[in-house]
Amino acid sequence: MSAIKIYVPRETTAVSVGADEVALEIARAAKKRGASIQLVRNGSWGACWLEPLVEVEVDGARIAYNNITPEDVPGLFDAGLLEGGDHDKRLGPIIEEKYLITQDRWTFWRCGLIEALSLEDFALHQGFKALRKAWEMGPDAVIDAVTESGLRGRGGAGFPAGIKWRTVADAAGEQKYIACNADEGDSGTFSDRMLMEGDPFGLIEAMAIAGFAVGASKGYIYLRSEYPLTNVILSRAIDMAREAGWLGDDIQGSGFDFDIELHLGAGSYVCGEETAMLESLEGKKGIVRYKPPLPAHEGLFGKPTVVNNVVTLASVPNIINMGGERYASMGVNRSKGTLAFQLAGNIKRGGLVEKSFGITLRELIEEYGGGTASGRPVKAVQVGGPLGAYLPDSQLDTPLDYEAFTEIGAMIGHGGIVVFDDTVDMALQARFAMEFCAIESCGKCTPCRIGSTRGVEVIDRMINDEKRDENYDLLVELCDTMEDASLCAMGGMTPYPVRSVLKHFAEDFASGGRNE
Amino acid sequence: MTDQTPESISRIAQRFDSKPEMLVQVLQTIVQTHGWVSEDTIRQLAQELNLSRADVHGVVEYYHDFRTTKPGKHIVKICQAEACQAMGSRALTQHANTAVDDDTTIEAVYCLGNCACAPAVMVNGKTIGRVDAARFDSLVTAMREAE
Repeated sequence: MSAIKIYVPRETTAVSVGADEVALEIARAAKKRGASIQLVRNGSWGACWLEPLVEVEVDGARIAYNNITPEDVPGLFDAGLLEGGDHDKRLGPIIEEKYLITQDRWTFWRCGLIEALSLEDFALHQGFKALRKAWEMGPDAVIDAVTESGLRGRGGAGFPAGIKWRTVADAAGEQKYIACNADEGDSGTFSDRMLMEGDPFGLIEAMAIAGFAVGASKGYIYLRSEYPLTNVILSRAIDMAREAGWLGDDIQGSGFDFDIELHLGAGSYVCGEETAMLESLEGKKGIVRYKPPLPAHEGLFGKPTVVNNVVTLASVPNIINMGGERYASMGVNRSKGTLAFQLAGNIKRGGLVEKSFGITLRELIEEYGGGTASGRPVKAVQVGGPLGAYLPDSQLDTPLDYEAFTEIGAMIGHGGIVVFDDTVDMALQARFAMEFCAIESCGKCTPCRIGSTRGVEVIDRMINDEKRDENYDLLVELCDTMEDASLCAMGGMTPYPVRSVLKHFAEDFASGGRNE
Repeated sequence: MTDQTPESISRIAQRFDSKPEMLVQVLQTIVQTHGWVSEDTIRQLAQELNLSRADVHGVVEYYHDFRTTKPGKHIVKICQAEACQAMGSRALTQHANTAVDDDTTIEAVYCLGNCACAPAVMVNGKTIGRVDAARFDSLVTAMREAE
């Protein structure tokens, strides 16, 4: 009898709640009982509230058991785990769960499904098929497909990827670069991490396609240091790909050279801004550059550079496989395709939900998220990280669409959705927005560097109910200055959460906001 | 964590071919190996990477990860960002400050990417999710036992 496959994710969230200990205990129990098993370390399906999630393959189906602790393991074996036996924590096939079956898994379809560090499993699931197809299509047709797909930058700015690639391809110069931004610093976001941990070869393939399309032979991944497990997995994947001839010179005899270097960040939020990231990749302080010149013209070491987020890149292989038109048929208006939304904070069923644009926040929070973890009413939802607005209940029916969010003074950003219940003090959240900006500002421009510190002071006076009208007006004026005169989104968008608190939650200031 | 010596610093620099553009990577490796960056190390790196002391100093000062003082025996980072705030990280931080000894360094971190299982902390490099006061105490106990 061949070994029975048992899947236990090796992914930061699963491991953070005990997946490694569970895997160890399963190996022990199997040995003790003389059972022949094969432990497979996959990525996470993204149903984080079920972690650690254990799956056992029985007759080709994968039966899941949720929230397994090491103490559960002997009982699971007694209940016939290896035959998918009944147990309090038995869920059935995970892919039949409503949370997953109703998603539009375009970019994350391999996450959870395959063994993350197996080139064989990757190849069985269309691995490197898109890269081979790209070689047949030629660079121009690859860029055309990306343009046609309507794919926009998933890091937050939403710039059309195809236009960026075309600009770099057309730029003069022998040496060009692909710089993958994996400095996922926004609170409430973890999609880049899940992709890199669950489908690392998928990102490698995507970067190689980008390199082929624009004529770059070298790629960099800038990974934040707060993701140590991702670093281990991705580093190993890069080595494996190189050993197997999928990175390096003359890849698989195609004549195409491409290699990847992994760099670690060092705890600076602003290094997620593309030009600060390039500075950091050059070994310097992560200080924002003036634009122009655009990185597409003068990027890393002054050379034409494609800077794309992990999820942007990882969306490309399927666009090559299935065609840009197919991707563009999903979504709404100018927001084409899918986004991997991340449900976080005070949420009952937190995790990753990849859906076509156009779904509303309420659907995501209620139907997928199941409301708050505390069971209390939702008071505010912050979308798009620390620079995103706090939305009140009345705005939760806004469809997730880049332009619809801009219209209400909010942003989708990297798709992080952080839910707060009614115990939150929104004045403190507004203060934190300014405080965070003061801590993380790179210091190059005055509105951001000084404005954020003054912002904390003004908000403190408002919280203490000092000269309320005067301070309210001052804060609004400060927000105007930061928004209009900052060099990048750090100072330029910190006012978003602050203004949203003034507009929708003013009662949380002792003064109740401006006295009118 | 071991002490920084001229030899250990040289070895790390050489791993990156002593290239000036690898300064951030060199410093990250030094911090992961030794826990912090000393004044002597800054001086040495300036020489070995062919940079000015001001350049190296500037980079060290800029990034949160590059400590310039020796940390305690244990390092506990507690996420202070919004998703963890929504799940009580402010109260957890207050609790944590009273729950550890002087040999433990507590630091703020802004997002560990574990936002669906908040609040999150990192104990000696390992991310832990769903941490309340009781779980924090058991983490501290486990940390002590592992000494």
